[in-house]
Amino acid sequence: MKRSSFAAPYGIWMLVFTIVPVFIIVYYAFTMGGAVTLDNFRLFLEPEFIGILTFSLWLAFLCTLLCLLFGYPCALFLANRDMRRATLFVVLFVIPMWMNFLLRTYAWMTLLEDTGLINRFLEWIGVGRRRLMYTENAVLFGLVYNFLPFMIFPIYSVLVRSDRNLEEAAQDLGANAWLVFLRVTLPLSLPGVVSGVSMVFMPAVTTFVIPRLLGGGSFMMFGDLIENQFLTTGDWNFGSALSLIMMALIFISLGILHRFNPDAESNGAVW
Amino acid sequence: MVARRLRMVYLLAILAFLYAPIIVLIVYSFNAAETRAVWGGWSLKWYAELFRNKGIMDALSVTLSVAALATIASLTLGTLAAIGMHSMRGGMRQVFVQVTNLPMMMPDIVTGISLMVLFIFAKAPRGYGTMLLAHITFDVPYVIFSVLPRLRRMNKHLYEAALDLGASPSVALRRVILPEIMPGMVTGALLAFTMSLDDFVISYFTSVRTANLSVLIYSMTRRKVPPTVNALSAIMFVVVLTLLLIQNLREARAEKSKPKGVRSL
Amino acid sequence: MQEKPLLTGIDDYHLIELVDITKVFDSTTALCRMNLYIRRREFVTLLGPSGCGKSTTLRIIGGFEQPTEGRVLFEGADITRLPPYKRRVNTVFQRYALFPHLNVFDNIAFGLTIAKVSKPEIIRRVGAMLDLVGLKGMEKRSADALSGGQQQRVAIARALVNEPEVLLLDEPLGALDLRLRKDMQLELKKMQQRLGITFLYVTHDQEEALTMSDTIVVMRDGRIQQIGTPKRIYDEPKNAFVAAFIGESNILDAVMVRDERVVFCGREFVCVDRGFGEDTPVDVVLRPEDLTLVPAGQGMLSGVVRSVLFKGVHYEMMIDCGCGSLKVHSTSMAPEGERVGLSVVPFNIHIMEKVAAPGGS
Repeated sequence: MKRSSFAAPYGIWMLVFTIVPVFIIVYYAFTMGGAVTLDNFRLFLEPEFIGILTFSLWLAFLCTLLCLLFGYPCALFLANRDMRRATLFVVLFVIPMWMNFLLRTYAWMTLLEDTGLINRFLEWIGVGRRRLMYTENAVLFGLVYNFLPFMIFPIYSVLVRSDRNLEEAAQDLGANAWLVFLRVTLPLSLPGVVSGVSMVFMPAVTTFVIPRLLGGGSFMMFGDLIENQFLTTGDWNFGSALSLIMMALIFISLGILHRFNPDAESNGAVW
Repeated sequence: MVARRLRMVYLLAILAFLYAPIIVLIVYSFNAAETRAVWGGWSLKWYAELFRNKGIMDALSVTLSVAALATIASLTLGTLAAIGMHSMRGGMRQVFVQVTNLPMMMPDIVTGISLMVLFIFAKAPRGYGTMLLAHITFDVPYVIFSVLPRLRRMNKHLYEAALDLGASPSVALRRVILPEIMPGMVTGALLAFTMSLDDFVISYFTSVRTANLSVLIYSMTRRKVPPTVNALSAIMFVVVLTLLLIQNLREARAEKSKPKGVRSL
Repeated sequence: MQEKPLLTGIDDYHLIELVDITKVFDSTTALCRMNLYIRRREFVTLLGPSGCGKSTTLRIIGGFEQPTEGRVLFEGADITRLPPYKRRVNTVFQRYALFPHLNVFDNIAFGLTIAKVSKPEIIRRVGAMLDLVGLKGMEKRSADALSGGQQQRVAIARALVNEPEVLLLDEPLGALDLRLRKDMQLELKKMQQRLGITFLYVTHDQEEALTMSDTIVVMRDGRIQQIGTPKRIYDEPKNAFVAAFIGESNILDAVMVRDERVVFCGREFVCVDRGFGEDTPVDVVLRPEDLTLVPAGQGMLSGVVRSVLFKGVHYEMMIDCGCGSLKVHSTSMAPEGERVGLSVVPFNIHIMEKVAAPGGS
């Protein structure tokens, strides 16, 4: 028996549970009552839906930017030589990645609610209560809170693996600390940044739970829109078209990100 | 050094941001009062209530059994697939790698919806069974991508050496290849189990009649949140935290005791 | 083709025979109509640059590759389609291929446990092997905690413990450092003589081949170039490729004007070769140590010293003779820029047929 035939059961499984479902989605996206049409995609061009897409992209972009801004220094400091022995400390930054994001979002809600700790603190210092939940910022902060570790970890693991000698060589060649960072450390860490960005941006664009919980349904994102089509409106054709658009969006952004990634082997996976 | 202090302050601030909500939540789980607005003193009553709540206990057993079954199934399917893929060449191998990549790149929501549509199409009632099928589907790639690198790193002559020493192909597989890829299988199984425990989106779409914990929590947070959820969250946090710390400590220790490469005389 | 063995102990029986073996990978031909026989107790080395097909030959005999055409005979029986685990040959792999999850003892015992040998017998035979390779007391060590040289010994013991008819060794010393390699060469040769097992050895290191072998098979581009004893191959290379690959040599274009007369560098030399016909273009090989430095004006050749290197035992000089640069090894030395004469005795002028695309490494 040929060894490659070991993969046959898996091949059949993937055909039934991945390829076929995708084709069903494709079928629904391009038909309406059985007739082939592009109407589902045309409908998407309505300002309302384009608006939702732009809003999702904008929010995901902001979230990615904030994660990068706060996460990069964090990864850099963790990869510093002083930290190499403090494995446990580093692990603390990674652990939230593995926690159920519903629970993390829920925990965040307990801080933000009208009677939550933050509001009580604001009251105590005399600023007075603010409406924190169900705002655009609540959603944004929820996203950042959820995805920050996904930015820190890939950058950290690239930095910590990088060859110390390179930085010393740069110093030896006359670069000061800032130049060493700019000309050696930063470029070397780019693969990590790329996978970090993809690990934050992708789920941020597609999430429907976080805006639902923290935005209270008043800030619809792209994921909510899709979920709505299937579970509320029952418009599978439009929902399928939206799913395809989302997939295309993801694949295009992954493609763009990969162009920046000199390390083609790692496809954004953490492990 | 000042720079070092500053770095530490920054790291601690980020850590506070990451953990503050979790700690607050855990503290509230011991709050005797019904709402979070008031502090009614320390109490374990929400924990007691949690274990009496049939809905939550059912969801817990669904979560655990689906995760266990999906792990076993995906480990078998995935290990065989990895061995098969490893021996493939060129085009066929590329097709399999791409197909394996697909569910990992596809947004969860699309995976969930496409499976939901498939199950509705096949007139399969969406419940425990469909949820299990969906979990196996998204778990297998993790197993494959954990086992494949082990196979690739394995000295390609090991299998031939076993044959050379008289082992038939099946004996060589059992006595040489399996022990070699075992660490990859363990990693894959752990990943699959964690992914399955953690999943919300795909379970949400592929099961209506049976809820796992994530789905239950979601439905609870959408209504008035009962304080039992705090207790449940606290337990889950502590369990995950402990498991991960143990796992990471073990890895760190293994890393240290590893021989420092092959020395030459 | 093969000469009578000079060594005693090798009987004339053909243990392994390759008949018209051709191996094609995708579209490249790795081996082309190869014929070879190996006698019992012989130490045969396949020598050639990487990609010459030597490892493929070994893998075909081991059963890891199937020839595209041709047959493999073992004691006269066709074993071409026999899987590796049914062949009475064992292999020492290039990077040892020790099982990392097993310790030294279990690695060596692997083949015996597969063959369901009794426990006490296994302990006895593994113990004897550990003695033979000098690893007594290392039984419980993990295979990847050993040094390169020790891993090498375990790999040899693991193969030999099964008492194979033939031991196949695929560049087994390639990963060791120079010093260790020299020691292991001697040790392997001694082991082979003591155990009386046939060795088929693959290497690209000509010195290794010359040191250890009874018979050397020089290969290039999937074809055998020459088969012979080390001395024969060194002294009488059949073509420019073999000459260049074995030892250092000067290879010159020449014309064989008639038997025992060859013209190169514009002069006619007396030589000992016959049978090339008249006015045939040939290659001439002059070993650097066969060229003798004589005062300018004497000798058949003359030239200017271009460079001098001290090599310990001798000086290595490049001498520009107008028809090319000749490498000369000599215990005496002429300073750079000096005009010198060179002489060579007829016996040391080696005439070879021109090969299609002469080259070397």
